[in-house]
Amino acid sequence: IGHGGGGRLSQQLISNLFLKYFGNPILNALEDAATVMLPQRKIAFTTDSYVVTPRFFPGGNIGKLAVCGTVNDLAMRGALPLYLSVGFIIEEGLSIVELEDIVRAMAEAASTAEVQIATGDTKVVGRGAADGIYINTAGIGIVDEKLNISAENAQPGDKVIISGTIGDHGMTILSLREGLSFKADLRSDCAPLNGLVKELLRFGNDIHVLRDPTRGGVASSLNEIAGSSNAGMLIDESSLPFKPQVKASCELLGLDPLHLANEGKFIAIVAASAADNILEVLHGHEYGKDAVIIGEVTDKTRRVALRTYIGSTRIIDIASGELLPRIC
Amino acid sequence: MDRLSNANSKDNLTRRIIETKGIVQGVGFRPFVFQIAKRYGLHGWVLNTSGGVLIEVEGAEESLHAFLDDLTMQLPPLAKIDTISVIEAEAAGYQDFKIRQSQAQPGKYVSISPDVGTCADCQRELMDSTDHRYGYPFINCTNCGPRFSIITDIPYDRQFTSMQRFQMCDTCSQEYTDPDDRRFHAQPNACAQCGPQLTFMGGTPLQVINGEAIKLTAQALQEGKILAIKGLGGFHLACSATDETTVAELRRRKHRYGKAMAVMMKDLEQAARYCELSATEEKLLVSPRRPIVILNQRQGTKIASSVTFGLPTLGVMLPYTPLHFLLLDSYREPLVMTSGNISEEPLVSSNEEAIVKLGVIADCFLMHNRDIVNKIDDSVTRIIAGREAVIRRARGYAPEPLLLPEQLPEILGCGPEQKNTFCLTRDYHAFVSQHIGDLDNLPTLEYYERMIDFYKHIFRINPRIVAHDLHPAYLSTHYAQSIGNAQLLGVQHHHAHIVSCMLENGVTDQVIGIAFDGTGYGTDGNLWGGEFLLADYRSFTRLGHFKYVRMPGGEKAIKEPYRMAYGYLYSLFGKDTRTFQKYLDTIEDEELLIMAQQMDKHINAPLTSSCARLFDAVSALINIARIVRYEGEAAVRLESIIDEGVIDFYDFDLQGYILDPAPLLKGVYNDLANNIVPSTIAAKFHNGLIKAISNVCRRISNHTGVKKVCLSGGVFQNAFLLKGLVKRLTKEGFSVFWQQKVPANDGGISLGQVMIAHYNLSR
Ligand SMILES: [Fe+3]
Ligand SMILES: [Mg+2]
Ligand SMILES: [Zn+2]
Ligand SMILES: [Zn+2]
Repeated sequence: IGHGGGGRLSQQLISNLFLKYFGNPILNALEDAATVMLPQRKIAFTTDSYVVTPRFFPGGNIGKLAVCGTVNDLAMRGALPLYLSVGFIIEEGLSIVELEDIVRAMAEAASTAEVQIATGDTKVVGRGAADGIYINTAGIGIVDEKLNISAENAQPGDKVIISGTIGDHGMTILSLREGLSFKADLRSDCAPLNGLVKELLRFGNDIHVLRDPTRGGVASSLNEIAGSSNAGMLIDESSLPFKPQVKASCELLGLDPLHLANEGKFIAIVAASAADNILEVLHGHEYGKDAVIIGEVTDKTRRVALRTYIGSTRIIDIASGELLPRIC
Repeated sequence: MDRLSNANSKDNLTRRIIETKGIVQGVGFRPFVFQIAKRYGLHGWVLNTSGGVLIEVEGAEESLHAFLDDLTMQLPPLAKIDTISVIEAEAAGYQDFKIRQSQAQPGKYVSISPDVGTCADCQRELMDSTDHRYGYPFINCTNCGPRFSIITDIPYDRQFTSMQRFQMCDTCSQEYTDPDDRRFHAQPNACAQCGPQLTFMGGTPLQVINGEAIKLTAQALQEGKILAIKGLGGFHLACSATDETTVAELRRRKHRYGKAMAVMMKDLEQAARYCELSATEEKLLVSPRRPIVILNQRQGTKIASSVTFGLPTLGVMLPYTPLHFLLLDSYREPLVMTSGNISEEPLVSSNEEAIVKLGVIADCFLMHNRDIVNKIDDSVTRIIAGREAVIRRARGYAPEPLLLPEQLPEILGCGPEQKNTFCLTRDYHAFVSQHIGDLDNLPTLEYYERMIDFYKHIFRINPRIVAHDLHPAYLSTHYAQSIGNAQLLGVQHHHAHIVSCMLENGVTDQVIGIAFDGTGYGTDGNLWGGEFLLADYRSFTRLGHFKYVRMPGGEKAIKEPYRMAYGYLYSLFGKDTRTFQKYLDTIEDEELLIMAQQMDKHINAPLTSSCARLFDAVSALINIARIVRYEGEAAVRLESIIDEGVIDFYDFDLQGYILDPAPLLKGVYNDLANNIVPSTIAAKFHNGLIKAISNVCRRISNHTGVKKVCLSGGVFQNAFLLKGLVKRLTKEGFSVFWQQKVPANDGGISLGQVMIAHYNLSR
C-alpha cells in the first residue's frame, strides 16, 4: 500500500476491500455517519485500539482480535453487541494481501459474533509513523435494564468461574514475538464470547460479575473485581485449567500463567446456588467446554489468595510491570 | 536488717520521687523495691504505671543513698533500667511502705518483658514431691514464665493477661499479695487447684485432663506418634528425633522438605552427648531466653538423618516451660520440636485452630486452657566469631526494645517481604517486632497487620512517618502506601541492612557497608545483593558491587540454582555450552535453548549483583544444590562441606570496585574437570571471597580514609565467611562490626529503615 493522498486510494480500499467483506445495508450507504435503530433504551458502548505484534499468530490476527476484543468488552456488561465501528491506521508499505487477510478475519469474527460493522475510517500514514497497522474498534450493544452485571457486584459466598484454559493468548504472542523455540504448539484463544454470555443471561441476576482477563491476566482481573466489590477471593490452585503446553512454557520461562493475557475467556462470578447449572450451560458451548469453578468470594477485604497444593494460602498480586523477584 | 538507725523526727527526713523506665514490670521489680525500702527503714510507696515504675520514698539521707545504690546495682535478674529520674522533695509523712494499685496513664508506655524460661527455683519446686506445685505444668514466679505471649494491654497486670479468667486460690493469692514471696505480683501465678489445666487428646482414652496427660504424651512419642503440643508462643509438632520413619512421616504430612528441624534436648548433658558444646553455647542454651542454638553435631549420633537432611549442624533448645520439663523428664530422649503451622503460615496458637489445621498432621494433641494472646516463634541463634548472633528474633527477645543513640519521633519501619519484622520507635527505643514471616502468605500478612496494630497500642505509638522498602511489589510497601496521613520514605534495602548493623553496634559515623544477601531492589531497578556502600544514617553511595549477571527465569532462577549456574556460564562462555555440557547434562535441550533466549532477549531475566546467587551457581555446579527447597539452602550446604584445611582460593577480577567472578567460575570449572573434591572447591570459594572482599575494602579505605566496616545481609550468617573476614579485616587495621542483636538477614531491615527515615524526614 502506497502513501495515498487521501481520496483515490481510500476509495479503492473501501470499495475493493471493506465493502467486499463488511458490506451490509448500513455500511453500504457510505454516509458520514451511520444511523441505527436500537430496540432498547439501555445501551453499552465501548472502544479499544489494537496494536498487537506480531499481527498474525496461531488462532487469529490483529483483525480478529479487534472485533473479538470489543465484542467481549460489551458482553462483559451483559450486553448483546449489535454494531461496531472500525478505524484503520495503516503504515505505508503494508502488503495488500496482508490487509485483506486481516479484513477477512474481521468479517468472519463479526459474522460469528452476529454484529454489523456500521461505520469505518481508514488513514494511511508514512513509513515509521505506525507499525504496520493499528485498528480501533468501538461497539454498541443493548442491555436488559433489569440486569446488573458489574465488577462491583461480587458477594461473599459467590463462586468464581473461568470459562476455559488460562494464558493461551499471552504465551502464544510472547513466544512468537520473541522467537522462542518451544517445542509445543501454542495457539491464541481469541474468540467472540457474546454467544456464550447470551446463554448465561437466562440466569439473570445470579450472574454478578463478568470480566475478560485480557492484559494483566486472571491475576489482575480478580484483583480489580476484589477492589471494586470490596471483597476477597480464595482461588484453589488445583482447579486452575491450563493447556499443558502453556503450563510447560510458563515453567521454562519462570512466568506465572495467571499474569498472561487471554482473549477468549471470561471470569464469571455467580451466585453459589446457580453455579452448577451455569457450568452445565457453559460446558455445552464450544468456548466454554473447559469452564470450571476456580474459587469463591470471601469477606477478606480486597485480597485475592491462592490455596496452594500443599494447603498454604498465597497472595495473588497484580504483576508489576517489571516482574522482579521478591524472594531472597 | 535495719543497718542504719531510723531517724524518727520528721525534720531529719527528706523524700525522693523516683521514676524508672525500662523492663521494670513483670520482673519482680516492685517487691524488690519494697524489700530494699524495708531494709533501710524507709517509708513511702511504689507503683506500676503505664510509663514505668514510680517510687516515693522518704527517710534519713544516708538511708536514701543506700536505697538508691541498691535500686540501681542489685536489680532482679530480669529487670533492666533504661532511664531513672530522681527528684528531691520535702517529706510527706508516710507511715509505712506500700505497694500501690497500678495506674494507667494515657499516652505513657512501658517496655514489656519477653517470655522467660522457667527459673531454677521453679524447676526445683516442679520436681520436688513435697512442694505444693510438684508436677504442675504451669508453675512460674516473678523471675520466670509467660509475659509477652499472654499480654493484652499495659500495665502488666493479671487483668490484662489471659490469666484473667483464672481466680487464684487462697494459697496462690496469699503468695501474690505477700511482698516477701517470690510470687508477689507474679501475674501468671497459679497452681493445680486454681490454674490452667492440661488436656491430652487422641488414641484411647480419647481425652484425659491433667494427671496422666504428660505420661500419655510420652507414651505416644515412644510409639512413634506425631503430636501437636501447645507451648508458650504457639503449638509445636513433636516426635522422636531418633526415629527416622517418624521424622520422615512428619515431613511428609507437613509438606516440609529439606529445611532442618529443631530438637529439644532434656538438659545440657544430653545436648553435649549429641553436639559439640563450647562454654558460650552452654551459657546461651541455659539462658532465660532459651533460644534454639545452632550447634555442630557429633559424628554418628542417633539423631535421624531426616532431622537435618545431612547437615552437620543441629538446632538445639532446652526445655523452657514447666510443661517441657515434665515432658522431657518423662520421655527423656531428644524430641523434634518444629513449628506447629501449615507451611509458611504463622504458628497455630488456639486449641480450636490446632484441631482443624494440625489435625491432618498430628496423631494426638497435648493442649491447655491458658490462651496464647500473641503468637511468638522460638528464636534461633548461633555463635559466630565467638559471639551470639540472633538469626530469628522472637521468643525470649522480642519485644525488648533496642536502645537508640538518639531520641526518635514515632516512626514505623514496615520491613521487607520475607522474614519480615517491623519496627516502631519512640524516645530512645526501637521496638523491633518478633519474626513475622513471609508476607505473601495471607494469614501471615493478616498477622503482620494485627501485630503492627497491637504494638502501636501497647507502646502507645502513633507513627506519622513510615519507612518502607524501595521494592514496588513488596506487600510491606503496599501496606505502607495504604496508610493515610503519614509521610512515606522508600529506603534502599542494603542501606537499611548497613544502618541496622551500625545502630546495634552504636556506630554513628560513616562506614564502609558490605551488604551481601539474596536480593534487594536497587536504585537502578536491578536486583542488588553484593554491595559495597559508603554509608551513614542519612544516605549512601554505592561504590562497588558484584558484576551484574542475568537470572534466567527471575524467581525461578532463585529456586533452581542450576539456572543461575547457567546464567553465569552463559555470560562467560556464550552460547557454546559444549565445554561445560557435562555439568548441565541433566537439563533438557529445550530448556537450555529457552534459557539462552531469555538471556539474549531479556525475557524474565533480570540483572543481579547478588552474592547469594554466586553461592547458588557454585553449589549447582558442584552438584550439591541444583534445586533448593528453602531459602538459602545452597549457601548453607556449600558452607557445610568446607574443608577447613584448604588455604588455596579462587580469584576475582577487580575493576575499580566491581568484582567480576569470572576467574572464580573458570577455577571451579577447571577443578571440576580435574576431579577436585567439592569440599576443596567450597573452601577455595570461601577463601577467595574473603580475600576479594578485603581487597575492595582496602581500596575503598585508601580512597576515602574510612576504617570502619559494617557487615550485614543474610550471606553473613555464614559462620566461616564472617569469622574469616572479621579476622582478616581486623588484621588489616579495620574496625569490624556485624549483627548480633538483630538478624543479619532481612529480619534486621526494619531497624535500619526507621533511622534512615528519621535522618531524612524528621531530623
Ligand atoms: Fe536482604
Ligand atoms: Mg478492552
Ligand atoms: Zn520461677
Ligand atoms: Zn492456686
